[in-house]
Amino acid sequence: MSTKRVRFTFPSELIKEPVIYKLGIDFEIVTNIRRADVRDSMGWVVLELEGDDEIIKDGLDWVASTGVRVDPVGGDIIEG
Amino acid sequence: MPHVKCLRCRECGSEYPIEPLNACEFCFGPLEVEYDYESISKAVSRESIAAGPNTMWRYHDFLPVDRELAIDISTGFTPLIHAKNLGSQLGLDKLYIKNDSVNPTYSFKDRPVSVTTTKALEFEFEVLACVSTGNLMGSVAAHGAKAGMKTMVFYPADLEQGKIQGAAVYGPTMVAVTGNYDHANRFCSELADNHRWAFVNINMRPFYAEGSKTLGYEVAEQLGWKAPDHCVVPGASGELHTKIWKGLQEFNDIGLIENLKTKMHLAQPEGCSPIVGAFETGSDHVTPVRPETLAKSLAIGNPAAGPYSLEVLKETDGTGVYAEENTIIDGIKLLAETEGIFTETAGGVVISSLKKLVEQGKIKRDEVTVAYVTGNGLKTMEAMGDFVEPIQTTPDYETFQTALAAAQKS
Ligand SMILES: Cc1ncc(COP(=O)(O)O)c(C=O)c1O
Ligand SMILES: [Zn+2]
Repeated sequence: MSTKRVRFTFPSELIKEPVIYKLGIDFEIVTNIRRADVRDSMGWVVLELEGDDEIIKDGLDWVASTGVRVDPVGGDIIEG
Repeated sequence: MPHVKCLRCRECGSEYPIEPLNACEFCFGPLEVEYDYESISKAVSRESIAAGPNTMWRYHDFLPVDRELAIDISTGFTPLIHAKNLGSQLGLDKLYIKNDSVNPTYSFKDRPVSVTTTKALEFEFEVLACVSTGNLMGSVAAHGAKAGMKTMVFYPADLEQGKIQGAAVYGPTMVAVTGNYDHANRFCSELADNHRWAFVNINMRPFYAEGSKTLGYEVAEQLGWKAPDHCVVPGASGELHTKIWKGLQEFNDIGLIENLKTKMHLAQPEGCSPIVGAFETGSDHVTPVRPETLAKSLAIGNPAAGPYSLEVLKETDGTGVYAEENTIIDGIKLLAETEGIFTETAGGVVISSLKKLVEQGKIKRDEVTVAYVTGNGLKTMEAMGDFVEPIQTTPDYETFQTALAAAQKS
């Protein structure tokens, strides 16, 4: 078991999709939302995931395949 | 560090002790160093600062480390040049170039890294690490060498040679990560969780970011203890832009300068301009982009300080502006040919964005304007392409005269 902190960015057409719900049900990942801002044009959610390493990886691959952008919390860390 | 109080979450305000932490436990928001400004204002004056060393460490009272322990390779107090030639071409009488490309490893990154390396030693880390698009890793490798630490630098494999060799020479462990920036980025966040390394831009980020404030202090001091009317700052993560503003605000709050009204403009390359994009649509959401730009040092698609940089634009009535990709080299050449300063692509972005700001009427002729040139051209030679067309001649007078005449005609 491990935990992972991620940020999902939803384009407007996916805001109404229950992506986080499905991540919990279909992948048996415990999702814990810490901060979010959702508007009609777009939205983001910062959350912690808890589950088996492999399952978290599969779950995040699935989230990314829906068109939701997955990033580490805190934004890109790469700098000049 | 007599004047430091704690780390505080920028989002929910939770307080943390001074430790290598970068995110709030509750809301995962970024943490920032909080100071006791009353105690700073008692300790500093214009005179005490002016009597300090000719480096960024003259401002040590505003930094989260002890001056005596500083890993100092003589960073900072770089020239502020009245750019009369460039100014007259652009229609500005009071244009200044802050030439931060002459730091020890040829970029402004020496400022944050000098602070972080000092802090990493204080925390008793043995390994100094970073993930970088080039400038940062050179600085980390050099400061690690000076501090006697092991260094590990991670970078996307397609970087400019000048940046790779310019870091390798200091003897770090070099790790070229295949894939795009996103991959290197994610990989390193995970590494940071699993190793006790001082990752300067991950777990050391709150301390790292403070070093860039000195670019605000220096400009104000060099202008005779006055803030400029305009700053034009290059943006990738947006951190530099927000920290220059924080520096100016601190000087103003403490009374070292007065009447702070600087407009903080942000310059990004067209091929990676998520913050400018949000500014233009009036949104306070920064939508991540996939970077595709000549300015590799500015290629951050999901900028960590993006929302804060947007706040600074709003608060200061600044403008977010992007430089078209095909004007970046023009900007580099214009600065070189008018002022004798050879900057890298990030500087090209700044100069060509400055030109746009003047054209748009955002900056007026008699206003004091500072353009930040933060990296050196010798590191991004590839970006210049094949632009040299020498006169070809054999070593005899006749041939040379003919060739010269032909060249002058064309
Ligand atoms: C030369 C240069 N200028 C400016 C920047 C932008 O800094 P920031 O990420 O703080 O916005 C960078 C690096 O990211 C850089 O290498
Ligand atoms: Zn918080």
